[in-house]
Amino acid sequence: MAAVTIPDERRSSRLTWVSWTFLISTTIIALFPMYWLFANALTPISSNPPLTPILIPAFQLDNIVRLLSGTTFYLTWMRNSLLVTLLVTLWHVFFDTLAGYAFAKKRFPLRNVFFWLIVSTLMIPPQVTLIPLYVITLRLGLHDNLLAVILPGTALTFGIFLMRQFIQTLPTELEDAAHIDGCSDFGVFRHIILPLCKPAIASLAIFTFVRVWNDFLWPLIALNRPQNYTLTVGVANLQGEFMTDWGVIFAGAALAALPMIVFFLLFQRYFLEGVRMGAIKG
Amino acid sequence: MQTFLRRYGWSYVFILPSMLTFILFVLAPVIWALIISFQDFNLRRGGVWMEPIYQNYIAAFQQFNGLFVNAIQNTLTYALFTVTSNILLGLIIASLIQPLSHRARTFFRAAYYLPAVTSALIVGMTWSYIYNAQWGFANYLLGFFGVAPIRWLSDPNLALTSITVSAILTMPATAIVLYSAAIGSIPNEFYEAAEIDGATPVRRWWHITVPLLRPTTLYLLVIYTIASFEVFERVYIMAPSGVGNSTQTMVTQIYQNAFQQFELGIASAQAFVLFVMIVIVAIFQFRFLTSDVEY
Repeated sequence: MAAVTIPDERRSSRLTWVSWTFLISTTIIALFPMYWLFANALTPISSNPPLTPILIPAFQLDNIVRLLSGTTFYLTWMRNSLLVTLLVTLWHVFFDTLAGYAFAKKRFPLRNVFFWLIVSTLMIPPQVTLIPLYVITLRLGLHDNLLAVILPGTALTFGIFLMRQFIQTLPTELEDAAHIDGCSDFGVFRHIILPLCKPAIASLAIFTFVRVWNDFLWPLIALNRPQNYTLTVGVANLQGEFMTDWGVIFAGAALAALPMIVFFLLFQRYFLEGVRMGAIKG
Repeated sequence: MQTFLRRYGWSYVFILPSMLTFILFVLAPVIWALIISFQDFNLRRGGVWMEPIYQNYIAAFQQFNGLFVNAIQNTLTYALFTVTSNILLGLIIASLIQPLSHRARTFFRAAYYLPAVTSALIVGMTWSYIYNAQWGFANYLLGFFGVAPIRWLSDPNLALTSITVSAILTMPATAIVLYSAAIGSIPNEFYEAAEIDGATPVRRWWHITVPLLRPTTLYLLVIYTIASFEVFERVYIMAPSGVGNSTQTMVTQIYQNAFQQFELGIASAQAFVLFVMIVIVAIFQFRFLTSDVEY
């Protein structure tokens, strides 16, 4: 018996050693690019970066100061991104929950037609609508205006689907009781459904926030003048504009990534929960 | 009418805002895009039907000596490698962190997920610095092994591979989280029975864990395939010039055709080719993976 167990044990301990190496090296590979970006951003670089890569940051803010005080509209871009993202997220938190509630619990003519329409367009690549959206915003006089980014942003339908799936799992008895007590439909939504939806809403809000904040292709098309850019579009343009000052480029990229990283570290639980809820859709 | 309103009025009010923006900014544009794909469309004078009506779909493939065919090949190559490695890495990493303590598991999941909250654009930018031929980290690292500097992103034979590798090395966050959750919900009895039968950990993993994860695998295959077909930011920022068209993907082609060449009809046709490819692959994956086993 002993002769059998010893090699077995040795094998399992070697496996653990191999798996630890694998886990740690893949973690380093996953995190290194962001670390290196921040190390460069926090080390004074005025022209080309040094030939020996910076691995330990100097923790000096020279690059960032130059970025914010220079000729770029960096703070304006940040404000634009924040404005767009907050408005679109607020829209989805409220109206997706409202629509999700109607689709989950109400019966009304054409309900299935509307819902089928929403679901069937979920798989259509957003690139399909770029050209018509461009023409629409041109004709509405919204080209190069933040509204051209905000309005199409309110039309993401995934949230309606997500909230419907969640609200379907809530018991109907509470609503019935509230109705008997004379509560209006909106009252039921406001006082019964909304409080119960808090966890789902948190995930929905976070996902919308990250998605809109990171959005690039449509803002790139819809916005024209530098002062109207969102942060992603602005940062992408830094590269062409500051070819000789890499410090500014590093600082711009790092500072644009920072809010989402902080946001993630604060609300980690909801992020990971949200990933799982996305999977529920089946 | 009044009873109709009293019964259903609120429901319609509830869905009205969402439906309005959905119709204006999704449904109508999709239908219009389909129409444009059959037209010679000009921003000032609007659209005129093509003759023959499907001419844009022919031009889509013939334009610039078949550049779009090239872009499709590049996109499929990118998709094949990134999707395969995302699934494998996700599966392996999720399985390895499963036996760890709750604390360690949370740490690893967060660490792998962190790059995913950063926009693809900034991750791509960072990788283009790592790949920089003069001062990038990749060449510095290879320098230790005596390898001469490599032109990662400006060598047409290498650029697409470099971009694909950067996508692979940005670990598959969603796969890790979803596999991890799915593995956690497999009942312990399955493993206990196998343990009594004397199955080794690796065999238990291969014969119990992997088959039970099939629904998760299917879901991940579909979302990763769609995402890789739609790749844009990473390529746009890492290879702005297209490196002699060696890095053209379907979406970079559509973007350039529409907003640099203003061939709106042909670009729309190409966007619908992308859509049809996504639908075909999704249907195929569902058929292939859901047919036989049901848990």
